[in-house]
Amino acid sequence: MTVRRRTALGPLPAWAEIVVLPLVNIALAFVVVGVIVAIIGIDPFHALRLLVLGAIGSSESIGYTLYYATNFMFTGLAVAVAFHAGLFNIGGEGQAYIGGLGCGLAVLALGDVVPGWFLVPLAIAAAALFGAGWAAVPAWLQAWRGSHIVITTIMFNFIASALMVYLMVNVLIAPGSMTPASRAFAASGWIPSMHDVLRAAGIPIAASALNLSIVLALLCCFAVWVFLWHTPGGYALRTMGHSPEAAVYAGTNLKRTTMVAMCFSGALAGFVGVNELMGVHHRIVLDFPAGYGFAGIAVALMGRNHPLGVMLAALLFGALQQGGTELAFEIPSITREMVVVIQGLIILFSGALVHLPRPWLQYLFASRY
Amino acid sequence: MKRWLGSAITLIAMSVLAPVQAQTVVKPAVVYSTGGKFDKSFNEGVSAGVERFKKETSIPVAEFEPSNETQFEQALRRFAQRSQDPIIAVGFSQAVALDKVAREFPNIHFTIIDSVVDLPNVQSVVFKEQEGSFLVGVLAALASKTGKIGFVGGMDIPLVRRFQCGFEQGIKYANPNAELITNMTGTTPAAWNDPGRGAELAKGQFDRGVDVVYAAAGSTGIGILQAAKDRGKLGIGVDSNQNHLHPGTMLTSMLKRVDLAAYNSFKAAQAGDWKGGTQVLGLKEGGVDWALDKDNEKLVTPDMKLRVDAAKAGIVSGTIVVHDYMSNNSCKP
Amino acid sequence: MQALTPTAAAIELREIEKSFGTVHAVRGVSLRIEKGAITGIVGENGAGKSTLMSILYGLYRADAGEIRVDGRPVAMASSREALGHGIGMVHQHFMLVDTFTVLENLVLGAEGGPLLAGGLEAARAELARLAREYGLSVDPDARIADLSVGEQQRVEILKVLFRGARILILDEPSAVLTPQETDRLFGVLASLRERGVTVVLITHKLREIVAVTDHVCVMRRGRVVAERRTADTNVEELAELMVGRKVRLDLDKIPPRLGEVLLRAEHLSLVDGRGVRRLDDVGIELRAGEIVGIAGVSGNGQSELLQVLSGIRAPDGGRLTVCGRVIDADHPGDPAEMRDLGVAHVPEDRLRQGMVAAFEASETSILGYQGRAPFTSYYLLDGPAVVAHCADLMERYDVRPRLPTLGSSLFSGGNQQKLVLAREIARQPRVLLVGQPTRGVDIGAIEFIRRELVKARDAGCAVLVVSVELEEILSLSDRILVMFAGRIVGEVEPGETNEPALGLLMAGAAAA
Repeated sequence: MTVRRRTALGPLPAWAEIVVLPLVNIALAFVVVGVIVAIIGIDPFHALRLLVLGAIGSSESIGYTLYYATNFMFTGLAVAVAFHAGLFNIGGEGQAYIGGLGCGLAVLALGDVVPGWFLVPLAIAAAALFGAGWAAVPAWLQAWRGSHIVITTIMFNFIASALMVYLMVNVLIAPGSMTPASRAFAASGWIPSMHDVLRAAGIPIAASALNLSIVLALLCCFAVWVFLWHTPGGYALRTMGHSPEAAVYAGTNLKRTTMVAMCFSGALAGFVGVNELMGVHHRIVLDFPAGYGFAGIAVALMGRNHPLGVMLAALLFGALQQGGTELAFEIPSITREMVVVIQGLIILFSGALVHLPRPWLQYLFASRY
Repeated sequence: MKRWLGSAITLIAMSVLAPVQAQTVVKPAVVYSTGGKFDKSFNEGVSAGVERFKKETSIPVAEFEPSNETQFEQALRRFAQRSQDPIIAVGFSQAVALDKVAREFPNIHFTIIDSVVDLPNVQSVVFKEQEGSFLVGVLAALASKTGKIGFVGGMDIPLVRRFQCGFEQGIKYANPNAELITNMTGTTPAAWNDPGRGAELAKGQFDRGVDVVYAAAGSTGIGILQAAKDRGKLGIGVDSNQNHLHPGTMLTSMLKRVDLAAYNSFKAAQAGDWKGGTQVLGLKEGGVDWALDKDNEKLVTPDMKLRVDAAKAGIVSGTIVVHDYMSNNSCKP
Repeated sequence: MQALTPTAAAIELREIEKSFGTVHAVRGVSLRIEKGAITGIVGENGAGKSTLMSILYGLYRADAGEIRVDGRPVAMASSREALGHGIGMVHQHFMLVDTFTVLENLVLGAEGGPLLAGGLEAARAELARLAREYGLSVDPDARIADLSVGEQQRVEILKVLFRGARILILDEPSAVLTPQETDRLFGVLASLRERGVTVVLITHKLREIVAVTDHVCVMRRGRVVAERRTADTNVEELAELMVGRKVRLDLDKIPPRLGEVLLRAEHLSLVDGRGVRRLDDVGIELRAGEIVGIAGVSGNGQSELLQVLSGIRAPDGGRLTVCGRVIDADHPGDPAEMRDLGVAHVPEDRLRQGMVAAFEASETSILGYQGRAPFTSYYLLDGPAVVAHCADLMERYDVRPRLPTLGSSLFSGGNQQKLVLAREIARQPRVLLVGQPTRGVDIGAIEFIRRELVKARDAGCAVLVVSVELEEILSLSDRILVMFAGRIVGEVEPGETNEPALGLLMAGAAAA
């Protein structure tokens, strides 16, 4: 007597893994969100429509979605690079803050002195330098003193915040101003906004915060990809992340690689300052990192620490941020706290619970083939 | 108390009794600051004015609570695109965003509270917090037995220092030997919403001999005032009248009538006589004051009341000049 | 329905099938395991023996087939069910909590109530009974971390017996043991058999099979290719059955042609972070064209010796001269510099040091050489060149499957080792340091790897081999150094010694 058992569940086809699984995840999230929205007495389909249209329904909303995505790309990449080296950089918030200080100081100091074609790259470099510098201290403490980088980077977020408040309130504040903000940047230090650029090219779109920093973000995605997978330095960095023993065996200097990884990471986070200050606010303001540094952790996890994945995750996060804003705008009974719940659920399903529907899909495919 | 009520009534009466120039259809809107509508303080004050307007006129008011700074500009623009008018921007941090959006929509009327945006279609409402703080400082100095008085601020920004500076001047005015101990809750916006830390700071001050504490820290103040009650010390509230929180240990509250600012802006628009420009609301205009009601009348002796009223009269008439910290970013003239 | 199974079978497997994706791991295996006997299952890595036992133990579910325990068909869906049928497994890697005592580990998962005390006392009594009955004595209150590896294994066996198992599966039990500990383990297995316990021994070490089992079953490529009574077979036949062709483990070596001294260590010492002296006055001379074997029980300084010689750690005292460069505490070397000097290193811990499990094979094939031509030009890694290099190594060193883009961890142990060895030998080093060349490697690959090492020696390379396998040291080495407690305690010629004599030296019996 031979009992035939059900065939084991094989792996999913690649296209199902890449396309179907994420879609099912998002759909599941929307179902749960819909139930919750219905409970507070709102038509879930109406809310969903507003959320989607709010994110991609007009050139203005697309602009804001991409603008938010730019920030998420920078911080997501920052977390991903450090993660490949086995380092958990929770200090993106502070590095973004100080990076913004860097580009802000450069523009404030040289705004009226040097032309824009020289100033903008210089200020971007300053943002990278300051961000990297802020990450270098925890990296140094980890490499030479053994202080855990998670702790030190968190502490450095607070230090950055305190430092910025001190500088803004006491040093950099525009004279006679009520607001703790610096004087406005000279126009030569602005990153052109996308609607101005496209208008000049004859394509009129609505005004939004989107600016050419997104090009920098995309270049960063590419640069991270090249660095991690196509240079010996990136190879050594990944080796260290997977197995420090193997890295030592291969002759990699762990201390130096830790510094390189964290400085690279900090520089990427510092670019948030470029997008926010040079691209949007055109002055140094308080609190512009607004949680992007922390959200970067989720973006990197969801994007599986791959630049392409980070890019897609950043787009989703950007769309949720923008769609959520519109949702709160259009339906007064959906408060901003409710929006955070909705965003959190979608991220939970498409990030943390990404493998939840896998067995169901596997059954489905197993029974079909 | 009577005085501010009086001026408030005058203000309201003026708007209500203004010649009925074809009551314009208004679609008012409010963009709160990141503290949120229910911060028990500043935003909630605005919200109270909004609610009052809604109740009296049955006109719906669109409201939005941004969760980050970028949303200020976004929200203001979205309201303007939908022809909401007038639009109130709450808080100094919206000044930059409003400056940009107000230029894009010259036909929409904007009101900003706590900051100045110098455009024809913007009405800027600022308060002389230093004057109100001066008065509660006088009271604190008179009520203190130890001669040590505490100040707990929220986030360390110029605005809060203006409170602190006015308070200090009031103390010195009433008792040159009194000592002021100052603590700021933090350097991030979280400092506006940390009652636990507020209570810790207040207790620390009490341990150093402080017996009157002024809480100028938004929701953080709830913890400060609670700590005062627990230790049997005196607390001073801020922005709205917080005397009712702990009757018996609330010396007074420094009133900042943001509700009135919001309400008046809407009413003026409805009446068609909305005007741009800057309104500086001090003691004279009824924009700030100190609170005296049944919850604290036992704590304020006739002598104290006399001294405070004298100081108030001096400020209104100009014989007492209260220095504004923000005029030179320093508490020294 | 077939005829009633004879009562003598403890377990019967019928037509078991199991696939992982496209890999057909177990193909129609039918097998009888006699009650109260020791049955050995041998096969190369990847032959399917571990998969088969995992199915029996409920860790995997078979795609098809039937399992009978004591003649009754059973569905084995979890290890809990397997235990319910009296089947217990002792894993190669121990599942013990280091900081707990023996007793606490014993009751883990079988606490017998919300309060620990009652369960512990009952367990103590039961442990005493087991110790009496089977001669398995262990101090119940000793912390696991303080026990030797052999004793830890005994705790694992006790744990399984404690849960009522009457059928014991042991997966490569001797992989972590010294020869003496292995002998003791076999004594325990024999006494278990005397008391009626059925034992299944999975191994690829044929000497063990011949020494301890009653029956042996040979697997190759997912099938059972032979079943023998142990008394009727021998090592040569089993090896041939396993590999599918004639295997010759004895090496035909020509006498070494000694060249100049390429590596000289003088008075090397090393103290670890806890102040323990790991290397103590170690002196070694390594000449071109010879293989020097370092014998010793694991943990007597061999690992540290390799670390110092390969530049991973700097010595605290003494000096090391490698191809003209002098290294001491004040002039430390590093692994990259040692590679430049022509020192190649096949590390002991292949999985964690020698390769990166998450990397593709092609990436592993340049570990340590990533910054060099032809892999890097103009600061960029040349992907196609790396893949071509890997494909070339795979071809020359017979690494299977020949897929440079396959994840390194997906190769069998033997093929991983071949890849690491290929990477190091292919650069034609002047000095080759090899740690545990054939640990966890199947017999076909052992043969290949040993021949490659001899080939390198004949080409004029100075080879240093560290191994805990005495048989390997004896067959490979031209000279043997024995390490004990961080010192070199003896030097012998392989022709003048044997395993028992070496074993005594390794145990420190002749320590000066």
